[in-house]
Amino acid sequence: MYVVVAGGGKVGTNSTRTLLEMGHEVTLIEQRPDRFALLEEEFGPVVMRGDATEIYVLERAGIARPPDLLLAVTGDDEDNLVISQIGKESYGVPKAIARVNDPRNQQHFDLLGISLTVSATTSILGLVEHEMPEHGLVRLLRLQREGLDIVDIQIEGHSPAAGTRVGGLSLPAGSRLISVFRHGRTELTEPSTVLRPGDQVLAVVSEDAAPALRKALLGAPKS
Amino acid sequence: MNAVVIGCGRVGSAVAKGLQAAGWDVSVVDENEDALTRLGPSWSGGFVVGHGMDVNVLERARVADADAAVVATNGDNTNLVIGQVLEKRYEIPCVVVRVLDPARADFYARRGLRTVCPTETAIAALLDTVSETVGVSGPVAP
Repeated sequence: MYVVVAGGGKVGTNSTRTLLEMGHEVTLIEQRPDRFALLEEEFGPVVMRGDATEIYVLERAGIARPPDLLLAVTGDDEDNLVISQIGKESYGVPKAIARVNDPRNQQHFDLLGISLTVSATTSILGLVEHEMPEHGLVRLLRLQREGLDIVDIQIEGHSPAAGTRVGGLSLPAGSRLISVFRHGRTELTEPSTVLRPGDQVLAVVSEDAAPALRKALLGAPKS
Repeated sequence: MNAVVIGCGRVGSAVAKGLQAAGWDVSVVDENEDALTRLGPSWSGGFVVGHGMDVNVLERARVADADAAVVATNGDNTNLVIGQVLEKRYEIPCVVVRVLDPARADFYARRGLRTVCPTETAIAALLDTVSETVGVSGPVAP
């Protein structure tokens, strides 16, 4: 496939290297002369110098073909948003992945329809959540468009839900239990399923309802 | 009527003062505290120090009550993103965005954003001035 990578920082450079090794055709756009010179030594004609938010630069990089994939991975969230919008809306690029440098800007990407985003900070925080089980509720997957999270919850001995039938739990609106993993086996939850300490419960929950779901299953968070 | 001006440089500060002189209630946002001096000693409107991408900063500048917004920071892409956020999230009825690059100004204008491109204006004025001075027939061959 053909990929245009905007931004030759660590993310863009490593993505380019890997995509080339996988046999894909890549154009990498980098604005800074010092970085461009280093990149050109490694990648040769794959690298192009220019501001990837300039439409003529994107056109020289072949945005009109269009590429199968556009990676907007500069260090500026505004730039990544504008590059993605131009690529998708003006040139019909089927897939654009944008880097979110400041997680507070995620909401702007969502609002403006750039749904495929990656954020190192958010990923690291996801790992922190995963490695800190006392947090209770681990997000496995975010369904951006639907506003839903698939979460994993570990039932503890002191959890109010332990020993309770699923049908008897008062779960918040906007949440459903999907399955229980215990003794190496997964069962879909039925109203008659009794939760036990050690159970790993998968649930689907709207973003707003996550704290209430945690409370219903695990009680108030430890401070 | 309430207006918000994002970016208090030469353009933003003059627009803010113009709106205030016309009777608007104006709040100005700029990253740099020193930009307040551009508004002059008689400035009685709001001034919030912070980045226009930060929704807390926008909300302190009362964007939720704004009837109009002018976005004129020194970054085209920053302006384009803030302008769209003000329109889509805060539903400000009149958002005007300064964009220096004619190509991007045109692209976003076609998508419905109100963009103003000073570069286009300058190009047109320069060409007009030359043709008025030399005459519409262009330069006379020696």
